[in-house]
Amino acid sequence: MKKLLLATALIAVGAGFAAAQDVVRLGTEGAYPPYNFINDAGEVDGFERKFGDELCKRASLTCEWTTNEWDSIIPNLQSGNYDVIIAGMSITDEREEIVDFTQAYIPPASSAYLALSMDVDLKSGAVAAQTSTIQAAFVAENGMSVVEYATPEETVAAVKNGEAIAVLADKDFLKPIAAESGGTLVMLEKEESIGGGVGMAFRDSDDDLRGKFDAAITSMKEDGTLNALIAEYFGPEAKTW
Amino acid sequence: MFAACADPKSIEGLTWAFCYLTSGKHLDFYWSFATVILLLVITAPAALALGFAGATAARSQILALRILGKTYIAMVRGIPDIIFFLFFVIALDQGIEYLKFLAVCPAGSPWPWQGLEFRVCQEAKVPLGSSSAFWHNAYGFALAVVTFAIVFGAFTANVMFGAMQAVPKAQLETAEAYGMGHGQVFRRILVPQMWVYALPGLSNLWMILIKATPLLFLLGVEDIVYYARELGGSKTQSYEYPHGDWRLIYFIGLLIFYLTMTKLSEGVLGRLSARLSKGQATAAGEAMRRAGA
Repeated sequence: MKKLLLATALIAVGAGFAAAQDVVRLGTEGAYPPYNFINDAGEVDGFERKFGDELCKRASLTCEWTTNEWDSIIPNLQSGNYDVIIAGMSITDEREEIVDFTQAYIPPASSAYLALSMDVDLKSGAVAAQTSTIQAAFVAENGMSVVEYATPEETVAAVKNGEAIAVLADKDFLKPIAAESGGTLVMLEKEESIGGGVGMAFRDSDDDLRGKFDAAITSMKEDGTLNALIAEYFGPEAKTW
Repeated sequence: MFAACADPKSIEGLTWAFCYLTSGKHLDFYWSFATVILLLVITAPAALALGFAGATAARSQILALRILGKTYIAMVRGIPDIIFFLFFVIALDQGIEYLKFLAVCPAGSPWPWQGLEFRVCQEAKVPLGSSSAFWHNAYGFALAVVTFAIVFGAFTANVMFGAMQAVPKAQLETAEAYGMGHGQVFRRILVPQMWVYALPGLSNLWMILIKATPLLFLLGVEDIVYYARELGGSKTQSYEYPHGDWRLIYFIGLLIFYLTMTKLSEGVLGRLSARLSKGQATAAGEAMRRAGA
């Protein structure tokens, strides 16, 4: 009886804001410009916002954006807080084991180092990277000492205040930072090619939804809109399809 | 928002500062102060109620209730807050969805816990996937409030348990000698007198509660710490208002906010303590009596 009462109460709560239409919740980090960031109006913005909205239009889905810390972005996908991760996430074997990716929508991009001077020796100190990124794994595997931070912002701040000698991150993220630093921060010539391109991640059990987005990505690749979008956000010299 | 702010990159000086401080994200930041205050306003009485219930249970004559009360106090007090917060919010969320799963999902739905995933049918999601962002935020906030209330309720229960024991035995025995029953002694003698003993501990907890509100950030609620970090971080030209690393300025703002809150509370609690000590058989009450005489 008690269970029944509780259930009735819960249904009543649920019915209060029920709607027939299914909404797909897109989860992003909101701290990695120009991929995704929170703009000054407090909304999700950037390449992935525009790209994601276009995909939803093509797949005739109603989508809603939500942000989540990078650290817990995969666990919260699995516990159902949102249905899709679209957060500049590189496709890797480790991640493939726990989530399913679409085809890549950004070709494998180079990662670059940002430091205070061009002649820094990468083995002479700690290299900063964001926690659970392909760059953090790469630094650790290649004989450099890694120091990890929760947000991309903090990795750059660590180089500025001398906690790390350089930061390894996606080149497209670091490029505007180096350009606007007025010469205090420089990109090293050395670049690393890691990761298998950026894709959207889904729960293993959500193959239907993944299929819809996959088809929409294919159609955007075919008519050239994806390439135009990449050029708009990452500059004309960015790799396209 | 304002006509003058239409093109932020072409304005400067005071106009820029004005436009910057009234951007949509800053307005969200100002609202998040209300979120924190709302949390305090709801959590404090809820924790007080839970604490009172816990303390009463812990000194009950019924064994089962006594064990329940003492277990609650010991368990929550013994587990680090952060672990409790991280664990409890997920457990509560999944527990609620599981109950709704039993009620609304069609028979034969797969068991929700599948390996690393937690899956219930669309109808059993709380809030529903189709509800607006407001409900998602409100639900997250409600989970946080319940967790805060349970954690601080346990500390409150311990303080109140101690305060109830501190009421002089002679008072209770006198009441009994006048023929009052257990309930009457509790209501008329014990509870009115216990507050003065509980107040120092409770005021301490209130201060800790104020200082613990940044834990909201840990629970994914976008509170003032979230916005301070988000707004203070350096911004490139992708943003409308590019600037350097201003996190220090924003955090100093938070520092002032928290210091003001604790300072105001100290004043209010000091008055309350004076009010409660009046006519009590304690050192403070005695001092007041002599000063008045």
